[in-house]
Amino acid sequence: MARAAVSGRLTRRLSWRVARLVDYRDETPTARTLLLDVAGWPGHSAGQHVDVRLTAADGYSTQRSYSLAAPADGDRLELTVQRVPDGEVSPYLTEVYSVGDPVEVRGPIGGWFVWRPTKTEPVLLIAGGSGIVPLMAMVRARRTARSRTPFRLLYSVRSPADVYYARELARPTRGDDGLDVTYVYTRSAPQGWSGKPGRIGIADINRGGWPPEFEPSCFVCGPTGFVETAADILLALGHAPGRIKTERFGPSGG
Amino acid sequence: MGVVSPGFQGRPRTAGPQLPPGQYLIEDFPVLSAGPTPRVSLDEWEFVITTETGQVHRWSWPRFRELPGETPEVDIHCVTKWSKLGTVWRGVSLDTLLAEVDTAADFALVDSYGGYTTNLPLEDLLDGQAWIVYEYDGADLAPEHGGPARLLVPHLYFWKSAKWVHGIRLLLEDEPGFWESIGYHDYGDPWREQRYQGD
Repeated sequence: MARAAVSGRLTRRLSWRVARLVDYRDETPTARTLLLDVAGWPGHSAGQHVDVRLTAADGYSTQRSYSLAAPADGDRLELTVQRVPDGEVSPYLTEVYSVGDPVEVRGPIGGWFVWRPTKTEPVLLIAGGSGIVPLMAMVRARRTARSRTPFRLLYSVRSPADVYYARELARPTRGDDGLDVTYVYTRSAPQGWSGKPGRIGIADINRGGWPPEFEPSCFVCGPTGFVETAADILLALGHAPGRIKTERFGPSGG
Repeated sequence: MGVVSPGFQGRPRTAGPQLPPGQYLIEDFPVLSAGPTPRVSLDEWEFVITTETGQVHRWSWPRFRELPGETPEVDIHCVTKWSKLGTVWRGVSLDTLLAEVDTAADFALVDSYGGYTTNLPLEDLLDGQAWIVYEYDGADLAPEHGGPARLLVPHLYFWKSAKWVHGIRLLLEDEPGFWESIGYHDYGDPWREQRYQGD
């Protein structure tokens, strides 16, 4: 990891703001995208996250961090939350939390795992499961900014039914020219897909990624084991450690 | 009290060990780091303390492992909100490593293999508060958790406990490290919830 080019330094105090649910979309049977309205939101970069605080009627409160799924759009935030079985917060956010209800949010947080549209080097996004969320924010930021930076997304999922943002990724959206999407299926693949389901390997990253000579920025996000594997393969293929940014989440994230 | 979210109850709460505010308890051990895991061979590994006058104290792996070991059992608190109680480590106290070091510095900038840095007041590394650890839970420290050796400063958020630790620069003036220069708090006391700048 090279010493960071640290723009995006935060100097103001991050305050808790009230967010209200405006709408939601179910991505899969276990993941829901929340559209939140947060008055006075200061904006954010693709890849950043927020802290969410829930408070119960008896005063008990708890916090979690969630990646922002879309670039800043005025006071509108988009989070995609995966329901963790036995979780304390995600079952509430994906099953109980209703339109009009408040939560508190604080952010944006994180100035390292970010992509800014002023960047022009090729980008390789490698997502494992719900690790797609901050990477999708980058895909959407590219589109919004009308960037022509070449993007490749390598997205590992258990089965076709586990793909988040499936329609948006399947159909080329206006502004998504130059975005290539490759899937890795670990359990079951769609009909007609050539290849055998299995965990991400060298061949996948060779085929769906960029050669190291292109000096791409690599963003890897997913469960710990997935990120370790993908980052090790990138290193072995000759990508410089300083160009590989990672975000890992363990099974306790929820 | 914060804004109540209708229908949110939280987990059933029983009287138990007190957690810092905003933290929740976990049993597993998540991995968080900003880049690929560096692999450091024990032949090339060294630990280096550099004083403000440029004096260098250096330990190779064999020399480091000859130092007296301690087995701290501590609670750890990550800024991403998880806490883990009663973790058991083995390593060398910073008191031992700094015993022979002559310094007037007030600050330490810790650096790691892979380029990570983090800063702390020097006094937070002394008096039995910090170790360079090479075992977790009775086994060699795994690379993804910072092996072969990491800093352990359990009274601060865990990003201060630099993985793959390489050395410490002693400084007269504070100098922010990696996360500290991109919005995280300079000190990081979990009990005062010093997560981000301005907290």
